[in-house]
Amino acid sequence: MYDMKALYQAKSVKDAVALRLAHPEAQIIAGGSDVLVQMREGKRAGAELISIQALDEIRGVSMEEDGTLRIGSLTSFSHITRDPLIQKYINVLGEAVDQVGGPQIRNIGTIGGNTCNGVTSADSASTLFAWDAVVELTGPEGVRRQPIQEFYIKAGKVDLREGEIQTAILIPKESYERCFGHYIKYAMRNAMDIATLGTSVNVRLSADKKTVERARVAFGVAGPVPLRAGTAEKAAAGQPLTMDLADRFAQAVKEDIHPRDSWRAAKDFRLHIAVESAKRAFIESVRLAGGAF
Amino acid sequence: MEKHKIQYETIRFNLNGEDVERTVDVRASLTDLLRNDFRMTSVKKGCEVGECGACNVLIDGEAFNSCIYLAVWAQGKRVRTLEGLLGPNGELSDIQQAFVDEAAIQCGFCTPGFLLTAVEILESGKEYTDEELRKLLSGHLCRCTGYENILRAVKKTMYRRLGKV
Repeated sequence: MYDMKALYQAKSVKDAVALRLAHPEAQIIAGGSDVLVQMREGKRAGAELISIQALDEIRGVSMEEDGTLRIGSLTSFSHITRDPLIQKYINVLGEAVDQVGGPQIRNIGTIGGNTCNGVTSADSASTLFAWDAVVELTGPEGVRRQPIQEFYIKAGKVDLREGEIQTAILIPKESYERCFGHYIKYAMRNAMDIATLGTSVNVRLSADKKTVERARVAFGVAGPVPLRAGTAEKAAAGQPLTMDLADRFAQAVKEDIHPRDSWRAAKDFRLHIAVESAKRAFIESVRLAGGAF
Repeated sequence: MEKHKIQYETIRFNLNGEDVERTVDVRASLTDLLRNDFRMTSVKKGCEVGECGACNVLIDGEAFNSCIYLAVWAQGKRVRTLEGLLGPNGELSDIQQAFVDEAAIQCGFCTPGFLLTAVEILESGKEYTDEELRKLLSGHLCRCTGYENILRAVKKTMYRRLGKV
């Protein structure tokens, strides 16, 4: 038995918003792979839960009329990885979430939960940052959209306001068009481990594949929340594609990241793997985009 | 400590091909429900935090750790446990027999969980490489045998079902 005070099961998004307003202290539970584990550890003992598990209306991936890719917040990691739209337009996201936990965790864990718990190590988060994802939140006033960088406030805290639930993650067309990316999770084990560092890079090359039009890079566990490395991005934008550029791009990430010492890894080690991962992910992204050095 | 009422909910779901109905305590995990109410003792209580895979069951064809799945969420779902793999007279299924043949069992605690993930893999009808199979089986811990015999049992059954033996 879980030590919970009460369970409220939402039947629709509207119902979930009403339950949120009626029970402001209650914890939202989507897949449960974080909340139930924390409850078992005693961290959330005696909590009230609002379950949104049954809301199929916010499950699945679709394309909106203006070309925005819409990922329902309850879409599980394994469904994201297998989805043909994801594979076609943002395959790196499917690859990144395919490294969360193990297979059973990927069947229950949701992208909404992965972002709403606000942890820096979330395998989806660095890729969503690197692709300028937009978070859709539904609340009593209706729907609002917010860039994911603003959604994260601090470690463990996201901008989820009174009565709100996250209903989708959106990838604008401008963000994914002609972009190819690669994610590197550095962890001690291949399965059931949390990232020591997560690095997500993507590039858009010119038509002749000789110039980097745009490169974006984001990290998990390089700060209290996921973050972009803008200095590296500026260093690469508009530059001719050379191996020297890959080096300069990778070295520049040190300007913007601030990892810390933890029991998982030392700060210096994280800085080292950040540079190396950025370089490798950049090279792989270029290869996927059809470029050559 | 504030007192509160125990909350119950009646759910209907399909368990190993049979439609069932139960009134469950909302605090129960699916492991609790399957073991206590249905005596499905193949569903093992291991770590109870979704790490070891001993409580793994199939829900609508996908593998889930039932220890981190609320019992009430089973409403309307098709749940399968190891007990559902047996033939009408208790015959072993091909994948169970393969585990026996390959000595993929020692103490047996992880076995039901592994078997159901194997069923999910086999029912996809796809052919996987060793590397892919290792990844697909990585959500289970076995502390006795090591994983080679388990991998071999799944692989042999996969080839057999694909008619490639």
